[in-house]
Amino acid sequence: MKYLHLIWAALFRRKGRTFLTLVSIITAFLLFGLLDAVRVGFDQAGQSANGAQRLQTGAKLSFIQLLPMSLGARITQIDGVKDTTYANWFGGAYQKPENQVFSFAVAPNYLDIYPEMEVSAEHRKAFAETKDGALVGEGLARKFGWKVGDQVPMQSTIFPDRNGSQNWPFKIVGIIHVPDKKTAGWWSQMFLLNWKYFDDTTPWNQGQVGWYVTRVKDVNQADRVLKAIDEISANSDHETRTLTEQAAMSSWMKQLADINLIVTSIMGAVFFTLLLLAGNTMMQAVRERTGEIAVLKTLGFSGESVLAMVLAESVLLLLIGGVVGLGLASVIGPIVGAGSGGALNLPAAGLTSWMIGVGLALLFGLAVGALPALRAMRVNITDALAGRA
Amino acid sequence: MKFLKNLGLLLLTVLMLVLWVLMPWYGALAVAVLFALWMLLFRSGMQARSVAAVGISTLMQRLGSSAVIVVGIAGVVGVLVALLAMADGYAQTLRNSGSLDTAIVMRGASANEVSSSLSREDLVQIEQTPGIARNAKGEPIISAETVVAANLPVKGSKTGDSGSAQVRGVSEAAFVVRPNAKIVEGRTFQPGLREIIVGRGAVRQFEGLTVGATLKLGNQPWTIVGIFASGDAMESELWADANVVNDTYKRGSGRNSATVKLERPAAIKVFSDALEANPQLKVKASTTLEFFAKQSEQMTKILRIIGITVGAIMAVGAVFGALNTMFAAVASRAREIATLRAIGFRGLPVVVAVMLETTLLALVGGLIGGVAAYLLFNGFEASTMAAGSVGKLSFNLAVSPGLLWEGIKWALAIGFVGGLFPAVRAASVPVTTALREA
Repeated sequence: MKYLHLIWAALFRRKGRTFLTLVSIITAFLLFGLLDAVRVGFDQAGQSANGAQRLQTGAKLSFIQLLPMSLGARITQIDGVKDTTYANWFGGAYQKPENQVFSFAVAPNYLDIYPEMEVSAEHRKAFAETKDGALVGEGLARKFGWKVGDQVPMQSTIFPDRNGSQNWPFKIVGIIHVPDKKTAGWWSQMFLLNWKYFDDTTPWNQGQVGWYVTRVKDVNQADRVLKAIDEISANSDHETRTLTEQAAMSSWMKQLADINLIVTSIMGAVFFTLLLLAGNTMMQAVRERTGEIAVLKTLGFSGESVLAMVLAESVLLLLIGGVVGLGLASVIGPIVGAGSGGALNLPAAGLTSWMIGVGLALLFGLAVGALPALRAMRVNITDALAGRA
Repeated sequence: MKFLKNLGLLLLTVLMLVLWVLMPWYGALAVAVLFALWMLLFRSGMQARSVAAVGISTLMQRLGSSAVIVVGIAGVVGVLVALLAMADGYAQTLRNSGSLDTAIVMRGASANEVSSSLSREDLVQIEQTPGIARNAKGEPIISAETVVAANLPVKGSKTGDSGSAQVRGVSEAAFVVRPNAKIVEGRTFQPGLREIIVGRGAVRQFEGLTVGATLKLGNQPWTIVGIFASGDAMESELWADANVVNDTYKRGSGRNSATVKLERPAAIKVFSDALEANPQLKVKASTTLEFFAKQSEQMTKILRIIGITVGAIMAVGAVFGALNTMFAAVASRAREIATLRAIGFRGLPVVVAVMLETTLLALVGGLIGGVAAYLLFNGFEASTMAAGSVGKLSFNLAVSPGLLWEGIKWALAIGFVGGLFPAVRAASVPVTTALREA
């Protein structure tokens, strides 16, 4: 530690070069931070204390098949079930079919099971009392400039009403607030309508349910409960497949893309380049300091301490770059996420991202510094001072 | 004054980059030819050539630091090309699925097949619409199809994950309206039986899809009797007789969509106008090419944005790496450059020579990155939930010459920026200072 000022001075001996190298390191770690945020976002989808209690039950055969209404009552009777709700996919779009909105027709108790979505008692009452009422996420409301009381025409890309028209008018009766900003990307884009209104209006549904969501009393019982739910319909014509919310999300995400592979390959290319670049800088730095190192040795510094100082210098270089880069990623990620209107969720780098990032910086620092440090350790005083090395 | 000069240089760089990005390949070729002529014919050009020759001949002695530029840029280009190849491969697979002489009819306001529905009466009306080609027997060539999803076990999953596959119930004309699709193993299904054929892409993605195997769909056992290939999005699907699929999934007599063969590509106008004029129908027709192009639009855009964002961030890193190397290279040759200027060489040849050196390194890097991306990823198989479908779509990454050129363009741009500032520094240090310092 007492040599810190010496290492620091060596690091900034050539400000221009160190600055340029730092920028390269920072961009590498910035990219790492952003990509890791994406990866974590994929991995942790559905991983929350609330999510752990929830089980999703859908048709085993395919996600577009519907389930009978009677199943709900039977699920509720299973030991260990706290409550259960149901919903249908509405497939709504605003103004043009490409403007898809996450819209669900939901049971009256849907919001009880999803405490992530906060709706004031007054708005909830209005939702229950207004047949064609709709609750919209704050992000969605902002996106389309909706206010409570607005009449909005939605187009269902799937369901017609009894006259064959696919235009559904809704009255916005409340706004969904999402206190947890980390998951706001998803919840605040919701559009919820009354299941009863949906079922009454379209001739296509006839009392069927898209999926059930069940909350268990004890998370440790989840496995037993989900098996019990699937047993109810075993060997019937509507067999079900129940998954914890986390498993359901991760299986869905996996179908979208093998994000791990993509992130790993990109970062492999980035860090390989970085190693070469930082290695070159350190090599240059040591080469032009040969004389100074010889002086240090003359003053009595041992070969090992010179080695340690060069290693420390390269680790310090990588650490500064890494920390600044990760910090930038933590700032930029949420801004980009907000700018995309919730379509992209890039949470600030979490503890694991930081740990991995800093760990990598340390590792690379050592790897990059190894050769120059060995070289510095082996500097021969007489040769160096005579200008022969 | 110095500040103004730097600012001017920065603005110039930005301007050049914008022009460069917009420039088509023949523009770049013209610039290269003009540049070569200048080097051959003009006095200053010849000076630049001789200075550059010295720099380039010493590149091998500075292998380590030259490699920083080459590898740095190769990394950027490799990642960029691979990500863009993903976008292109996806778009290509969907575009191949469509053609100009077939049209798809769906209920109006449906963005995709799954959400569309056509009743028996609609289909009868559609069949009689003018513009549809007829077969030898004089019947209209139309395949009315039902689309459902089936969960199948994913290949190689340790946790027993299942993925969604699109099952298409088709009419006999399905192979006529989609000439790409060919049976490659076994035979096609017999109408009226619970037999199914599977696409080659689906075989690669899901477990247990072999000829002769039994598959449980819609709670009924089906026999796989054949495998078909089409080289497009259809390959990720499973096909069976539409009537049997409708029975199994209790769909009645309605279908999701109808694909027809047009008399000729221009007949789409007649066909779609006639459909719209029919008061009994609420449907919309578009050529399948247009339909699939639209399906791929958004996803392709997202993939391209991701590729370019990642590439841009990496490019910033590579620019600074190149700057670092070139500043060092220029510094180590400061005396040599100053000597040249002292004996009468102008600033411009010096600037050009340093930039030429960087550009050359960048070009090598770009080529390495592009070739590596081609070797590693061309034809690499990826899959995703396709927009507007209910199944996983498997597609191959496509590294096209166009993409390689885009990668080279990026490489040259990085080389340009990375060489410009060191070059200007080399040419603007006062000769006396440089001679004394070095």
